[in-house]
Amino acid sequence: MSFVQYGDTIKDGDTAIVFLGHESMFPVKVQHGSKTQTKYGVIRHSTDLIGKRYGSKVTCSKGGWVFILHPTPELWTMNLPHRTQILYSTDISLITMMLELKPGSIVCESGTGSGSLSHAIIRTVAPTGHLYTVEFHQQRAEKAKEEFQEHKVEHLVTVKNQDVCKNGFGVSNVADAVFLDIPSPWEAIGHAKSALKIEGGRICSFSPCIEQVQRTCLAMEEHGFTEINTLEILLRVYNVRTISLQIPDLGKAAEDNSSTGFDSSNQSNQGSLFGILQQGTAQFKSGVPLKEMVGHTGYLTFATKSLF
Amino acid sequence: MEESAKPGLRIREGDCVVLKRDEVFKAVLVLRRRKVIFEKQWFYLDNAIGHIYGTTFEVSSGGSLQPKEKMEETTTDTKEAGTDNRNIVDDGKSQKLTHDDIKALKDKGIKGQEIVQQLIENSTTFRGKTEFAQDKYIKKKKKKYEAVITIVKPSTRILSTMYYAREPGKINHLRYDTLAQMLTLGNIRAGNKMIVMETCAGLVLGAIMERMGGYGSIIQMYPGGGPVRAATSCFGFPEFFFNTLYEFPLSKVDSLVSGTFSSETLPSEPEYNVPVEEERNGSLDEKQTLTQETEEESSTEAVVESNETEEQETMDLAAEDTEYKETKEKGNKENIREKQRKQQERRRKLVETAALLEEKNADGLIVASRFHPTPLLLSLLEFVAPSRPFVVYCQYKEPLLECYTKLREKGGVINLKLSETWLRNYQVLPDRSHPKLTMSGGGGYLLSGITVTAEKVQSDASSLEGQKMEEPTSKKRKLQELHC
Repeated sequence: MSFVQYGDTIKDGDTAIVFLGHESMFPVKVQHGSKTQTKYGVIRHSTDLIGKRYGSKVTCSKGGWVFILHPTPELWTMNLPHRTQILYSTDISLITMMLELKPGSIVCESGTGSGSLSHAIIRTVAPTGHLYTVEFHQQRAEKAKEEFQEHKVEHLVTVKNQDVCKNGFGVSNVADAVFLDIPSPWEAIGHAKSALKIEGGRICSFSPCIEQVQRTCLAMEEHGFTEINTLEILLRVYNVRTISLQIPDLGKAAEDNSSTGFDSSNQSNQGSLFGILQQGTAQFKSGVPLKEMVGHTGYLTFATKSLF
Repeated sequence: MEESAKPGLRIREGDCVVLKRDEVFKAVLVLRRRKVIFEKQWFYLDNAIGHIYGTTFEVSSGGSLQPKEKMEETTTDTKEAGTDNRNIVDDGKSQKLTHDDIKALKDKGIKGQEIVQQLIENSTTFRGKTEFAQDKYIKKKKKKYEAVITIVKPSTRILSTMYYAREPGKINHLRYDTLAQMLTLGNIRAGNKMIVMETCAGLVLGAIMERMGGYGSIIQMYPGGGPVRAATSCFGFPEFFFNTLYEFPLSKVDSLVSGTFSSETLPSEPEYNVPVEEERNGSLDEKQTLTQETEEESSTEAVVESNETEEQETMDLAAEDTEYKETKEKGNKENIREKQRKQQERRRKLVETAALLEEKNADGLIVASRFHPTPLLLSLLEFVAPSRPFVVYCQYKEPLLECYTKLREKGGVINLKLSETWLRNYQVLPDRSHPKLTMSGGGGYLLSGITVTAEKVQSDASSLEGQKMEEPTSKKRKLQELHC
């Protein structure tokens, strides 16, 4: 397995995702001799995992079962250990497309944070691209390096422990795209510009507060960026449910021959009106929105550097 | 300016480029002495050849493009400005220049910037406007009179935005952020073996090809006679990208799944592949592109037109070879042999593609079409390996509700999610920042999930599996109570 390439069977050293059920999963480092506890019992790596096909069902010691999934950056984002607030796949998708990332792209990113976006970028630019990621917190920079190694993608990424606002990305005129997710992005716009290729590239800045966005847009304009555009994207999820609504009892009308269309006392009339009828209820399938949805993550500001 | 020998940096004849003016895009083919219409202006692209992508041009008299140097912003020094609009009356008489005056200026060849200046000076209400209102006024006039066109390189970002704005019907109203979600949820990347079923003029296919960078392979399923790839050709991919692009007719899927596939009867295929081949030789079949002499002409219509005449020929080809040899109505023997060779080649490719599908180890499935998604998913998922993502797009929610239900019944999938995205644009200006417009509800819906090893389970066991994957039943009852 690899975060940048699919493998068929689970191997020693892989990072696999254990799927227990709806919205319940966690990552596991596959190792000979290791055991993993789940609410369905124990999973013994040597017998239950290694050599099995990804996507297989594994029965645990107490009799319950789980699925073992091949890791992807999206699954990693849902399950990684948070060291900072992270970016989720909804924002990541838009960033990837708007920055025009593809195999071979050279990308600069700061801050690395928990590596959520980093993994997604690495996946997209592989096998010929590269990610230069800058993190000013020493432990986080170390942890990120470790993770990239564990996930066998270290050849596609360079982690630098420095302050991007003071010292930039450490590279000049090589990047197709720059991404900023830092408290004061306007201080890094100049460095971003010099990291981007001379013939141009794309930039994106992610900020939760509109005041940050205002300052960043101004800085972008001052540095000659064009096509400056701010937007936000929100995900709306629906649960698929079969809903039964009760038909109200509107009583019985007096004996009357002039019944027009809908006669509430007549069950068979209602049947024709409502389709499936079960003991005075009507059933239908619905996409029900979740009780709460994410209302805001941050504003995404995109711009273009060009020669003109 | 550093000279770079990198391919794709400069505009070449034959390239498909995108014209951009403010937020409006249009894809055209760069051909010499070919008139192009864009945003009410006629011009030739000849002068653009050789320039770097991203260059901005002005249309000068005679319809030729002149590169525009980066202009210094006309700084409105702290001139006179009002505080609010209580005394400004909109009687339509505040501009002293008439239509004819402005036309005369334009005819004289006066530059747009100067015209805007003239308009400001001849406006009686300009001085009374607030600074913000003056700013807005100048921006509006500039947009109208300082017409600059930028020539940009096509990309998924640009083409998907363009198609959604210009021809959403062609792409089943797939909004660009929804497309972005599909590419990420589907883990589209170099090295994958993807199955794609789309009727979005080839835009989705092109987006997938861009994210795969020529690595891996793609099998495109198609309805009818052949896949439409009008949008795909706009991307300008290098030739070798198409070496690992296969296609397979939907009409043969059932036979493949049931094991009764035979290559004997080819679908009466118009030669959709031919325009693509011509592209590879550098001379694009112009009907295949979005070059438009009149705004209304649609490329897909043109392709269908050109192919209908060829369809007749191909249908003859599909008949027995011997029969064909006897009837020599189609002209000289060379021609016949060439067509036979092509038919054999198509048959060979079909068998090869069928074999690829029969391996049942695809790394993912993307569906975005005008067809009901359920039968597509249920059959095409057969060809996908376990623990791989799939994403289905539908313009409407209801078919995906049904799809979800059928997939639950069938089993072999987990992590099913039905979603849509809301997109909101913002205007960001000092003291004037606010959302511009909300585009929720117009972008379509996605159903995504992950495959797992399909098990031939007993009915009770599969319902157990289904229950495990859904919300606990107590929650379900609560929901029903709420509705009463």
